[in-house]
Amino acid sequence: MKTLNRRDFGVALAAAVLLPATTARADDMGVHIDNFVFQPAELKVKVGTTVTWTNRDDIPHTIVSAGKFRSKTLDTDDKFSFTFTNPGDYKYFCSLHPHMTGMIKVE
Amino acid sequence: MSGHDHGDDGVSRRKVLECMTWAGTGVLWTVTGGVPRSLGIIDSAQAATAAAPGMSFLQISDSHVGFDKPANPNALGTLEEAVGKINAMPAKPSFMIHTGDITHLSKAAEFDNADRIISQAKLDVHYVPGEHDFLDEEVKFYRERYGRGTKGQGWYSFDAGGVHFVGLVNVVDLKAGGLGNLGAEQLAWLEDDLRGKSKSTPIVLFAHIPLWTVYPEWGWGTEDGGRALEHVKGFGSVTVLNGHIHQVMQKVEGNVTFHTARSTAFPQPAPGAAPSPGPMKVEDARLRSMLGVASINFKQNEQRLAIIDTPLQG
Repeated sequence: MKTLNRRDFGVALAAAVLLPATTARADDMGVHIDNFVFQPAELKVKVGTTVTWTNRDDIPHTIVSAGKFRSKTLDTDDKFSFTFTNPGDYKYFCSLHPHMTGMIKVE
Repeated sequence: MSGHDHGDDGVSRRKVLECMTWAGTGVLWTVTGGVPRSLGIIDSAQAATAAAPGMSFLQISDSHVGFDKPANPNALGTLEEAVGKINAMPAKPSFMIHTGDITHLSKAAEFDNADRIISQAKLDVHYVPGEHDFLDEEVKFYRERYGRGTKGQGWYSFDAGGVHFVGLVNVVDLKAGGLGNLGAEQLAWLEDDLRGKSKSTPIVLFAHIPLWTVYPEWGWGTEDGGRALEHVKGFGSVTVLNGHIHQVMQKVEGNVTFHTARSTAFPQPAPGAAPSPGPMKVEDARLRSMLGVASINFKQNEQRLAIIDTPLQG
């Protein structure tokens, strides 16, 4: 998982660089679930950003960040969105397959 | 859990493949003389039963009623085929255990459909939940149907044919980054449940997720499963029956036999053989050779229960 995290961190950074330096409102961003993995596993966003998770597996998953947010069960192609209004590191996982973990870093 | 791992050799792919080769469709468990024994093929199990009458029960698992994806567009249909297989068995099992994931999404209609088909076997069924059975908003459908008389999240024990059966729940309150979970309350109950039992009493533990560490990278194991196994130390015959991984795997460690049953819905890949443990699409002609049930035969004076995995076909 360590190497995956590093790689996905790189992806997240690349995505951040592509964002306009100043935006009237934060752009919405997405995380996909493919093959029991959150992609990117770590995502950096600005305060006010809405992140939408999409389950592309044939198996249901959930998005749970203890005390912060909890999705309903997402069947194939179902989505869950959450708007981050406070900065911080939001660790989350799938409560059905807890080896699936991810992180949203809000600045 | 590491104490219950394979140790030196680890779970090598060759070992896994050997286990896979050995596998059949269902698991027929035979208990004679207190110890479950695995036979490997139905005919030999039946022969053994004839020689020394014991008790047999059936394990069915992971029916995922409601699943309709490419790996098997008709999971209800293959469940019905499995029940047909059970009804065609020459020796009627005493009862059945279902090791969870009865439904795919915990919808009321899925539970109803599962019950409509499984009840056609006309056997008592002892259920434990899989993570797919606790997905409804209020987490009530499973409990309403199968939770009566159980403790905590649905664990319980019962005795049959001289064997002590314990149904455990390891799909609740899972921790980020972790595996299946029994929890302190259930472990304390288990210790209490086994207290005072004669060490010659054969014990069968059954739960959805494997109680032993099969492949942690895919979450195939139970965080505190080793603690449950400590409570059965000293018993002459212990059999651990699980589902969740949709394939047959067996390991024998001292007096403990670990066994996982096939699904009746769809196969999953061998550990590490695919990018993820998700449903595995195989050629239509092969699907039914990878689904099935298990019979367990229990004979007096034999230490191990006989487990026979029977595929729907092949």
